[in-house]
This record gives sequence, structure tokens and C-alpha cells, in this order.
Amino acid sequence: MPASMSLRWILVAATLALTFPAAGVRAAESLVVYTARNEQLVRPVFDAYTKATGVEIRYTTADAAVLIERLAAEGRNSPADVLMTVDAGELWNAARRGLLQPVQSATLDKNIPANLRDPEGRWFGLSVRARTIAYAPSRVDPKQLGTYAGLAGPEWKGRLCLRTSKKVYNQSLVATMIAALGEARTEQVVRGWVANLAAPVFANDTALLEAIAAGQCDVGIANTYYYGRLVKERPDFPVRLFWANQGAGGVHVNISGAGVVATSRRAEAATRFLEWLSAGEAQRHFAAVNFEFPANPSAAVDPLVKSWGPFEADPINVAEAGRLQADAVRLMDRAGYR
Amino acid sequence: MSPGGSRLAAALVVSLLALPALLPLATALGSWAAPTGAIWQHQLEHVLPRVTANTVLLLFAVATATAALGTALAWLVAGHDFPGRGFFAWALLLPLAMPGYVLAVVYAGALDYSGPLQTALRAAFGPGLDLPSIRSLGGAVLVLTLCLYPYVYMLARVAFETTGARTLEAAQSLGLGRGAAFRRLLLPLARPAIAAGVGLVAMETLADFGVVAALNVDTYTTAIYRAWYGLYSIGAALQMAGLLAALALAGLWIERRLRRGRDFAASRPGGGLLPRVRLRGVRAALATGAATAVLAVAFALPMAQLLAWAARSAATDLDARYWAFVGRSLALAGSGAAVVVGAALLLGYALRRDGRRWVHTLGRTATAGYAIPGTVLAVGLFAPIAAVNGWLQQAMDHWFGAAAPALFLHGTLLTMFVAYLARFLAVGSGPVESGLAGIHRHLDEASAILGVRGFARLRRVHFPLLRGSLLAAAVLVFVDLMKELPITLMTRPFGFETLAVRVFEMAAEGEWTRAALPSVMIVAAGIVPVVLLARRVTHVA
Repeated sequence: MPASMSLRWILVAATLALTFPAAGVRAAESLVVYTARNEQLVRPVFDAYTKATGVEIRYTTADAAVLIERLAAEGRNSPADVLMTVDAGELWNAARRGLLQPVQSATLDKNIPANLRDPEGRWFGLSVRARTIAYAPSRVDPKQLGTYAGLAGPEWKGRLCLRTSKKVYNQSLVATMIAALGEARTEQVVRGWVANLAAPVFANDTALLEAIAAGQCDVGIANTYYYGRLVKERPDFPVRLFWANQGAGGVHVNISGAGVVATSRRAEAATRFLEWLSAGEAQRHFAAVNFEFPANPSAAVDPLVKSWGPFEADPINVAEAGRLQADAVRLMDRAGYR
Repeated sequence: MSPGGSRLAAALVVSLLALPALLPLATALGSWAAPTGAIWQHQLEHVLPRVTANTVLLLFAVATATAALGTALAWLVAGHDFPGRGFFAWALLLPLAMPGYVLAVVYAGALDYSGPLQTALRAAFGPGLDLPSIRSLGGAVLVLTLCLYPYVYMLARVAFETTGARTLEAAQSLGLGRGAAFRRLLLPLARPAIAAGVGLVAMETLADFGVVAALNVDTYTTAIYRAWYGLYSIGAALQMAGLLAALALAGLWIERRLRRGRDFAASRPGGGLLPRVRLRGVRAALATGAATAVLAVAFALPMAQLLAWAARSAATDLDARYWAFVGRSLALAGSGAAVVVGAALLLGYALRRDGRRWVHTLGRTATAGYAIPGTVLAVGLFAPIAAVNGWLQQAMDHWFGAAAPALFLHGTLLTMFVAYLARFLAVGSGPVESGLAGIHRHLDEASAILGVRGFARLRRVHFPLLRGSLLAAAVLVFVDLMKELPITLMTRPFGFETLAVRVFEMAAEGEWTRAALPSVMIVAAGIVPVVLLARRVTHVA
């Protein structure tokens, strides 16, 4: 009976078509990550996780502020399980708005130093970004250098380069300076910086480091991984790093980190993912791919990064950078730091 | 349809088309409930005076410069023959394919102190050289003018070519010289088109973040982002964006008031292309030289720099996925352009049919999205759509219980297209409206007498006359969508990457030389349609 034969085949095919994707979805566990850490830095690590555990990672990238508004707008309908940013302030802000949930994990508490994670366990640093002084060794004796505040001194008049105050890295630096020095003293320092500028502020750290190399200025403040990329490409790049504030509070550090989204229905799986990222090869790779420092002190450091030598980091909890960020922005507006 | 019924239909169409732009404006209005008094006090004291001055200067300078450059080039190409004219006619549109933020980065890299030009000059003339910095208001004016003049050039050229022939003939028969005819007749006739172009330029300049951020010029838009990203106040950011859109609408309204009664529809458009004067000797050389210079600084030289950068990263970054990025960018821009131009045509007809003032005001409002910075618009639109999604979900949960499927309206292409409409309807509307303005109502009456009405009139009478304007609108929207980033970034489905998204991924961590590869591909993928369509625009009836 050809007619019923073909009907049977159609039924089989339809059933297969309808159930196959459903079965597929059920078989493989998956997590959704909203990430401000960009694709080329996270994808290798995500792929490694899928390979190791079978858990598929779906992700979307955007600025952290946009992802946070997206989470807030989506509410409990959000598909997101993890929020990943490249700045502690954004994580602090997401937590403050109730978008992240506290996580109890002995593994994370053990692997990530206390000052690099939220005291309430809503987010954890995964790599450390140090912001320090860069200088031209041909024109600057490192003995002249000391602290960030020192760059406000008259001897640096017309010799300093800074990146725009619109970048969060400078906002968090000034925020932690407010915490250490107080608002009045910090404003004095920032005014001193502005008075010492050799050129209008730069749109990015790479351009700033290039300006030091070209002789437009002699010192500047930059994140070390930008320097790492330039040195990797041009080993004779004529700029050196100086660890700021040694014995005087330590180098300013920020984090790239993540937290579990408040509305996530897979919080346990998300926590396991963060635990995996905080240890071993994943932790090394997460930082090394961008010449950053691992957040876990026991993880191996990239050889190039290691060559810059050990340094004392500011032990302040990075959450303070978020709490004081708006104050820092207003202070920089007042001081004319654009 | 009865006149009343057709008016109702027209008003309904206008209302529907205005909805996408009204949503973010409503979000902005709603944001005034947020407690932002302290932020405003700070902004008024320390931020707004400076950024407002910068914004006004930038706006005025870019509008003036694009109007002058675009109109001059359009008249040169439409009214004259000189060596290379056929090439320049379409090539002068190429800067449209170059994203402004990319051009700004190329210029900053090439012309800054540490760039190759200044380094070479210092090597030749010593270190004492003190050249003006490209990272300045002047630099932003230069870059924005170079990437935005094609809006004016394209619309003005179509206007000169389509309305110019008979007018020129008539003027010359009355003894007017060619120059005088241009000044006294052709230019006023092309004014709606030029104004439409400059209007687009002005709105894009107001909303621009990429160019001014790369050149570190503080404008009202950068202040919006600073309030949001720096002060963590999306409320203040939305309020500021709403004010910006309101100001833009007021500006458009004033411009229209000033223009009222001074617009003319050529009573008999067409009549062949404008006859061109052959330039000879020095004048021909000057014409070719000027066009070459503009094309070089706005397109060829930046493109060469991008290619050099792209070559460095191509070995590591260029993989099979790039074909998918290109395909998605083209598909999005193509379908988006079709949707937007279709909507612009509908809007144009609805406004032609329904003359009531409130309908026209609503129609203007529908195009205000172009003056709202893209990211703010995306958030302003996303929030209400996500809220609707939430309500629908609640209703479904109520009816179906746990079996209810999870709704995800806001993460679909539908949301993306609604946002595109909100942002780019202005771009589609400009050319379509000036095209419709060129069709005299007498023509409608004449065709009505001949029994040609409704859709048949659209197809047989209007469409041949509008083809140039529609193509112009399609080209403009297409290239804008190829370059569009914030809306695509926020509303794309998971793993849906386009070329512009690639640029973002690289640029987000300051890896600008690696961003060159997707940038070059945006330009390359955008060129083919620009060239094809630009050439057809020349052959309008």
C-alpha cells in the first residue's frame, strides 16, 4: 500500500524533525554568558571548558554598561547565567542593582584573594590588570619616579601623558586614590597632572605609550598588558614600566571578573564554571592570552609578564573602585581632567 | 476609498511608523522620574557649558563644510565634463562606505605626533615643529566632514540632474548665463535636497560618539555616555538623550518654517539629463585635481592605511568564519534597507495624503531617532520591548502554568529591525520626501483625469520619477546599516556576529590594527552595492 507507506514515512520524519533538536538541547548542558571581556579573549577559554566538561557556552558581547541594562530590562526572563566584565566597578554596580546572586564556594574563596572578590560573594576577580607608570629610559632616570601623586610635581611640567578620564581604568585609579589620600588631596594631585600634560589626553593606552616612545612626553600611566602587546611585537620598544607606589600603598590593580546572574536557573552549573576558571590551566590561560596577571596567586604567569618583576599591589578591595567611581568622575570634571 | 477613510488610514500609518522612535523617547521621558538632581547640578556647573559650546561649534562647522563641499562637488559632476568625471560621479560616494570611527582612528594614527607624517617631518626639520593636533575639535570637523559630505553630494546631484535640464534651458532662453542660472534657479530648486542632506549630517553629528571619542573631543553625546558609564546613571543619560532629540526636532521644525513657501516643485521634471559644459585646460585640471584630492583624503589614503594594518593581522585572524560575517552583514543591511525605504515611502505618501498638522508633527517625530546616540536608543527601545515580553510571559505563565515556553522577543531579529527603523527612518525619508516634493500635484490631478489612480498611479507615474530618490535612500540606509554597531550589538541573537561586531571586539581592547581587517571588509562589502546603485542613480529618467 504505497499511500499508507508514504504517510508512515512522513510521520516518522516529522517526529524525528520535531524531537531531534529537543533531544539535542536536553542532552548537552549549556550556560549563557554576557561578557564585556571581548570575544578573542574569552572564546579559547570557553572552548576549553566545553571540551573538558561537555557544557556548551553561549555568549554575547557588549560594553558592560549595556549588558547591565540588558539584564535589568530582561528581569527574570533573562537567559543569562554569568556576567563577565573587565572592571570591578561594573561588577560592583551590577551587584548593587541586585543583578548578581551570592555564591557560596570554598573553591572560589580559596583560589581568589579576598581583595579581588565581592565580600558577599556576588562576583570574583579572574585576572588582575595592573595600572602603573611607563617612562622613556632615555630621558627619565627611574630614581626620579615614585608614586602616581608624584607625577603632579613641577619637575614633570610638560612631560606627562595621560589617557582620557572617560576610560574606566583612570576612574578606578582616581577612586582608589580618593580612598587612600582623601578627596581634597586627590583633587590637588589631579589638578597637578592636568597642569603637567605634554599633549591633550589620549583616547587609548597604546597611543599614549607610542607618544612616550616618540618623545612627545616622558612619563605616563598605562595598563601593563597594552605595554605587553607592544613589546611582544617590537622587543626594542623604547619604553619601560615602573612599579608605582612601592612601599606607599602599592600598584593600582583592577580585575577582569565574573558573577552569577541573580535570575539564573543554572546557578550551580554557573558556579562550577567560575570555579574551573579560577584554577589550574584555565586560570593561567585566561590571564596569559592578554598579558594580564592571574587572580589566583598559585597560577603560572606568562614569561613576558613575569619579566617585569614582582611588585606590591594595592591591597584595597577592588569593590571600593566601584563605590567611589562617581566621586572620582566628578572630581576629574572639577579638576579639568578631560 | 472615501477621503475621510484614506485620511484615517494615512494617520494610522504615520502613527505606526512613529512608534519605534516614540518608544525610546517615552523611555527618556519616563526617566525623569529618576532622582538625578545632584547629577544635573554637577553637569550644569562643570560639564555642560564646555560640551555645549563644543557641540554647537562642531555642528555648525560640519553642517557648513558638508553643505559647501557636497553641493560644489554635485554641481561640478552634474553640470560639467572633465577628465575622470564618469569615475568621480560614483567614486565620490565611496567615503559613505567608511565608518566614521574607523576614519577617525586612521587619521589619529597617521597624523598624531607619534604617527609617520610628523615623525618624518621631525626627522627632516628637527624637533621644534609644533603642528596642530588632529585630536581636537578641528580634527573632528575634518573627519566628520570627510565621511558625511556624500549625503549632501548624492542628494544635491540627483536634484541638479533631475530638475536642472528644462530649468536651465528656460533660464538661458531668457538670457541668463549658466552661472547666474545656477545661483538664481538651480540652487534654490535643489534646496530641499541639500537641506535634507545637511539635516542628515547634522543629526548624525549630534549622535556621533565614535569619531569624537577617538579624537577625544567632549560633546553633549560624550557627556551622555559619561553620565551613564562613569556616574552609573542610565536615568541621567536617557534624560540628556531625550533633550538632544527634542532639540534636533526643534531644529528641523525651524528649518522647515524658514523654508516654507520657498520650495518649488519643478512643474515639468525630467526632460533629460542636465547638459554638461566641457571644461578645458586649467579649469579641467583643477576640476580633476579637486575631485582627486577629496577622494584621496576621504577614502583612498585611509583605505591604504587600513589595508596595511589588515595585512598584518590577516594571517592570524582571517578564518572561514569571515564569510559568515560578510554574509550576515550584507543580509542585515540589505533587508534592513528594504524595510526602512519601504517605511519611508509609506510615510511620505501618508504625509502627502493627510495634511493635518498633528499628523505631520508625528511624522517628523518618527525620524528623531537619528539624533539619539545609538547605544542610548538601543537601551531606550530594548527596555519597553523587554517589559512587554515580561507581561506576555506573565500572561502565558498564568494560562499555561509551568508548561509555558520562555518568551524571548527582545533577543530576536524583529527587535533589531524595529530599532533600525527607529534610527534610520530619517535617512530613508530625506531622499524619498524630497523626491515626492519634486512631483507636482498637478501631475496627480492629470493622471486622475486619465483614470490612473491609486496603486497604478504609484507604479506608472510616480515610481519612474521616484526611482532615483528611492535608490539614493536605499544606498544611504544600506551603508549606514553596514556600519551600524550599537543596535546590532545589543539586540543580536547569540553568536550572531557581523563585520561591525568584529570591529567592536577588536577595538574594545584597543587592538585597532586588528580591527582594520573587519573594517576593510565592511568597506569592501559596502562598495559593490554603492557603486551599482550609484551608477543607476545617474540614469534617472
